[in-house]
Amino acid sequence: MVQKLDYLKETPSQTAGPYVHIGLAPGDAGFDIYRHELGRDIAGPDASGTKITVRGMVRDGTGAPVKDVLIETWQADANGVYPDQGSVDPGFRGWGRVIPDFDTGEWAFDTIKPGAAKDQTGAVMAPHINLWLVARGINLGLNTRLYFHDEMAANASDPVLNLIEQPVRRQTLIAEQVEGGYRFDIQLQGPSETVFFDV
Amino acid sequence: MTQLFPRDRAWHPQALDPNYKTSVTRSPRQPLLSLEGTTSELSGPTFGHGDIDPLDNDLLRNFATTGDPVGERILLHGRVLDENARPVPNTLVEIWQANAGGRYRHKKDTYLAAIDPNFGGCGRTLTDDLGYYQFRTVKPGAYPWRNWVSSWRPAHIHVSVFGTSFAQRLITQLYFEGDPLIAKCPIINTIPNPRAIDQLVAALDINASVPFDCLAYKFDIVLRGQRSTYFENRPEGN
Repeated sequence: MVQKLDYLKETPSQTAGPYVHIGLAPGDAGFDIYRHELGRDIAGPDASGTKITVRGMVRDGTGAPVKDVLIETWQADANGVYPDQGSVDPGFRGWGRVIPDFDTGEWAFDTIKPGAAKDQTGAVMAPHINLWLVARGINLGLNTRLYFHDEMAANASDPVLNLIEQPVRRQTLIAEQVEGGYRFDIQLQGPSETVFFDV
Repeated sequence: MTQLFPRDRAWHPQALDPNYKTSVTRSPRQPLLSLEGTTSELSGPTFGHGDIDPLDNDLLRNFATTGDPVGERILLHGRVLDENARPVPNTLVEIWQANAGGRYRHKKDTYLAAIDPNFGGCGRTLTDDLGYYQFRTVKPGAYPWRNWVSSWRPAHIHVSVFGTSFAQRLITQLYFEGDPLIAKCPIINTIPNPRAIDQLVAALDINASVPFDCLAYKFDIVLRGQRSTYFENRPEGN
């Protein structure tokens, strides 16, 4: 016998289910209860940087839209600083919740384009937004990243994108430029399955 | 920045489990790319008392207009800890649930059980300095869903927790001690290890019950632990 390692085990995840909105975005479930819902304003009114709108859709393995997904976003400000790591613009939260239209599955969020943050070793990462997806049928939330098509040089030297063995799969994390902002579609399965991370 | 313990994915539900049918088309087929935490994952959103209101954790009152909700009144309480058994203070805990009849207040729920006019079904709070949280609510009812022709979910409350870094983010469900539907649930059985399932079952806590008012259930939540920074290796290349 050996001494016991008395670590606790992480609480196992369970699917957020189809009614996740009741808890995290009750207005979308169809009722008003809280003075203000959290995650509805990522950047705040006074943030510096370029205002952008990101649109997209999550699709399942059959190509059907995942209409009951809830996405959380987490990003640095225009200077590449995360809110709990340094001084950011007043009102900048960096975190948001995104809910699709229940009929179409299309979602959109407004924010400012993040700057380049440094990773834990001091290496510069290309500007990106971290995404976390939960939904019915997803047993443990899925982590991915959204990079920007107009940052090709930064993307080419990004330490995380370069960890992806197949260059073609790196493209699944690059949002395309469209009128008024960017488009980022997420595929849960299929030939262009989005890269998800075990973070 | 402090790295987290690696997530033990064998302890979590499997992404693909044919018995939970929706998981078949919604689980990635490619392996997840393992990533040592960067600033992006080790940082995370913070919340304060300005974000929430004192009544937000009282589901008996936060939506009631004409009286109390119908159902078995319960106190749900516990602590948020990390894998080092350290309390996680000031972290946001959000819950949502069906009413005592098993009906959700959601425009997409069409189950025939009645909506309770005095029950919204969601609450939120911040843990205190010792990681404690509590809610007052009613015990939710079981309800049917389409997996087998009519599968029944055991009574459960959905729980969402943040921790201090985005990579600790967790959503789970808590179940109630003694519920015979737990063993039959395809969603619960996506978790391979029976001891891990036990971790999702809240214990009846008579000591914390309020006489002539409500029973209590205790549910501790454990988030990923933070690695010690002592004797940390220098990053490759430095």
